Amino acid sequence: MSTDKNTKTIVAKVPEGALSEKWSNYKAHQKLVNPSNKRRLDVIVVGTGLAGASAAASLGELGFNVLNFCIQDSPRRAHSIAAQGGINAAKNYQNDGDSVYRLFYDTIKGGDYRAREANVYRLAEVSNSIIDQCVAQGVPFAREYGGLLDNRSFGGAQVSRTFYARGQTGQQLLLGAYSALSRQVHKGSVKLYTRREMLDLVVVDGKARGIIVRNLTTGKIERYSAHAVVIGTGGYGNAFFLSTNAMGSNGSAAWQIYKKGAYFANPCYAQIHPTCIPVHGESQSKLTLMSESLRNDGRIWVPKKKEDAQAIREGKLKPTEIAEEDRDYYLERRYPAFGNLVPRDVASRAAKERCDAGYGVGSGLAVYLDFKDAIERLGKDVVEARYGNLFQMYEKIVDENPYETPMMIYPAIHYTMGGVWVDYELQTSIPGLYCIGEANFSDHGANRLGASALMQGLADGYFVLPYTIQNYLADEIRTPRISTDIPEFVDAERKISERVERLMSVKGKRSVDSLHKQLGHVMWDFVGMGRNKQGLLKAIDDIKKVKKEFWSNVFIPGEGLDLNTELEKALRLADFIEIGELMARDALHREESCGGHFREEFQTPEGEALRHDDKFNYVACWKYLGEDKEPEMIKEELNYEFVQVQQRNYK
Amino acid sequence: MEKTINISLKIWRQRGPKARGAFETYKLDGVSTDSSFLEMLDQLNEQLVAEGKEPVVFDHDCREGICGMCSLYINGHPHGPDEDITTCQLHMRKFKDGETITVEPWRSHGFPVIRDLMVDRSAFDKIIQAGGYVSVNTGGIPDANAIPIPKPVADMSMDAAACIGCGACVAACKNGSAMLFVAAKVSQLALLPQGKVEAARRAKAMVQKMDDLGFGNCTNTGACEAECPKNISITNIARLNREFLSAKIKD
Repeated sequence: MSTDKNTKTIVAKVPEGALSEKWSNYKAHQKLVNPSNKRRLDVIVVGTGLAGASAAASLGELGFNVLNFCIQDSPRRAHSIAAQGGINAAKNYQNDGDSVYRLFYDTIKGGDYRAREANVYRLAEVSNSIIDQCVAQGVPFAREYGGLLDNRSFGGAQVSRTFYARGQTGQQLLLGAYSALSRQVHKGSVKLYTRREMLDLVVVDGKARGIIVRNLTTGKIERYSAHAVVIGTGGYGNAFFLSTNAMGSNGSAAWQIYKKGAYFANPCYAQIHPTCIPVHGESQSKLTLMSESLRNDGRIWVPKKKEDAQAIREGKLKPTEIAEEDRDYYLERRYPAFGNLVPRDVASRAAKERCDAGYGVGSGLAVYLDFKDAIERLGKDVVEARYGNLFQMYEKIVDENPYETPMMIYPAIHYTMGGVWVDYELQTSIPGLYCIGEANFSDHGANRLGASALMQGLADGYFVLPYTIQNYLADEIRTPRISTDIPEFVDAERKISERVERLMSVKGKRSVDSLHKQLGHVMWDFVGMGRNKQGLLKAIDDIKKVKKEFWSNVFIPGEGLDLNTELEKALRLADFIEIGELMARDALHREESCGGHFREEFQTPEGEALRHDDKFNYVACWKYLGEDKEPEMIKEELNYEFVQVQQRNYK
Repeated sequence: MEKTINISLKIWRQRGPKARGAFETYKLDGVSTDSSFLEMLDQLNEQLVAEGKEPVVFDHDCREGICGMCSLYINGHPHGPDEDITTCQLHMRKFKDGETITVEPWRSHGFPVIRDLMVDRSAFDKIIQAGGYVSVNTGGIPDANAIPIPKPVADMSMDAAACIGCGACVAACKNGSAMLFVAAKVSQLALLPQGKVEAARRAKAMVQKMDDLGFGNCTNTGACEAECPKNISITNIARLNREFLSAKIKD
């Protein structure tokens, strides 16, 4: 990475050559580490999701000495496990015209032309190897009667390229990576540290050399050193309090490295998933996603007449009583070419638009996802075979039978495309520090297509990082094992102990959750699906107030040096508050609409996102300059050499 | 339309693995019947924190029934009285106003209590590490469609692979046996051509590790299958026994 002080732009080290030759060229010329030296090099991998587990396993197989950390009791619990719908690959098994280029193109277009071409092409290129790898591990993908792999279609694509294992694809892929990881733990090449939470990065002479963690069972602060550090800790969607993320999902590792000098890219790009179960009330702790795959066969609608919508909200009318001609299948109406399979950002905004106009059902913030036609066309058995577990989940939560009455859905925060800035090698702006999976910003631009998160996590972990990290480690073979007794570690541990002490000593009156909900309301109201200048300025102001209230009035029972679940939440919330502020700041500066970032001031006459390519065709990389100082924005210009940038059109 | 109920909770509190635990009773009013069981516990913990007390510690994460982290023994059943779901998917509409609900941790020799309702299930990781995988490295793999697999076989493998590793089977078993957990992994892989190669070695290594870790024997009571939130069938245990015996005979 090189920084030019005058123009304040950064370069991503993209290899020269034709798009399809870049990755091959890189691999052909990169430095490698010989087997006897690999044993002497330590690599810390934080996180055991698809990216972290696959990276740790692959690095262990290569012969590196890997230390792998997770906050849960087992690596198998990482939130990748909850991904439902599937994983994309350019196999073209369906003979429907798919190719590496088409997967690349769909992903770039789906990301609203805000991703780096070379990274996305590489992603599409390695996608096929992922499917091969997973099948070899014993992942039981869905198959056709002939014994070959089955595919389904997903939003933003006109081909069927999504591989799936019922509605539990993330689970099966993660268990595959977990099994590969477990094999390395058995061999001794990977050492697992469960129930450990990273609280800081240790930088020695400008290079990432270790981490400080809190042992969640004992509360003790521990130090670990390595020749390189890899962060694979997922996204920061829980800044909104309510999201489809797991309760423990957090942005703290990414935030800690930001504060140590790693740039944070495009924080405002958050994905709002269109098909989630609506909020039931104040005691709600999280939102449940209904897989996008449901949009293959389900039709989304609201009543055509406002009075019908109102009668439904008041419980006087049932959706099944609304005649066909009185239903507004608004996605099919607005986007005839893609219909119910438009990308997530488009589907979410369309739902909001209908509900804001007074056509919402349920509490008013819900639309219908109806399987009546699918059941008539395919039969209940087929629908059950495809979506049975999702229907069961819906019924358990909502207490309604979706075979008989349409599901109610509403958009919810689901994924963050923004994240830690990385170059082509997935290295952050700190040498020796890498970032993979959802935690980085790299491949999805301003909007991620369905079934692409699993693809990216595993691409990074299995097929990209294990190569690129060697280009760095090859120069580290003369560096002996790093002691954790050197001043940098002592100092980092002391600072973390002081932070814990400071939080414990506030002894105020507010619970952590109550403050987190307060932050969540600000985020959803002003930094959510529709954003504008005035709202974002208010959000920044309100978030500062939440921060002040948090540090002066939070109450954490128990002790710092002990198992303390409230303290865990408080440490994460302290970071979410600051992440929320940076998201608002980034959203404010980006005076255009693109993908998941919709500025109400910038839309086409039809209400579609209106980009300003002349001004904003860059990655916004935020550099931390110190507590209570405004961060500096540095640009990575996006030069589209291979695809023609245009307004997205799904009509 | 929100309906609320008032309940009493008898909850097991225990400081650590060696400490003596006891039930404590709490009253909780105004619980929405739309809340999940864990949201109800959040509400209790908010109440405890407001009183300056330490909250009840329990494991949980995804809250959509797939991570396998939640692990409560509710009114005598792992994951509570409703069927085919985890604790996080249990909703308060399944309980009556005025009801007393008893909440305990998994109780089993293989899963020592860490605190309150949180237990140590790392033994499951150790069993997988002993052999619950196909020994392939990253890369150099033939095309995914190179070996056709009959759909019914792939489906059966998927049925077994649906295990979330929560440990309800162990908690439900009077012998504290982990056979259903082990059998699910052995079956998933043994059914597929990719996993068949190492099937015998895998079955032996995993059963050996399970025995070493102090899990009990299987006496075919079927409690594990009845309480499994993912409906893992005990026919998998029969398949494990076949794999294990044929491996032993070959020895």
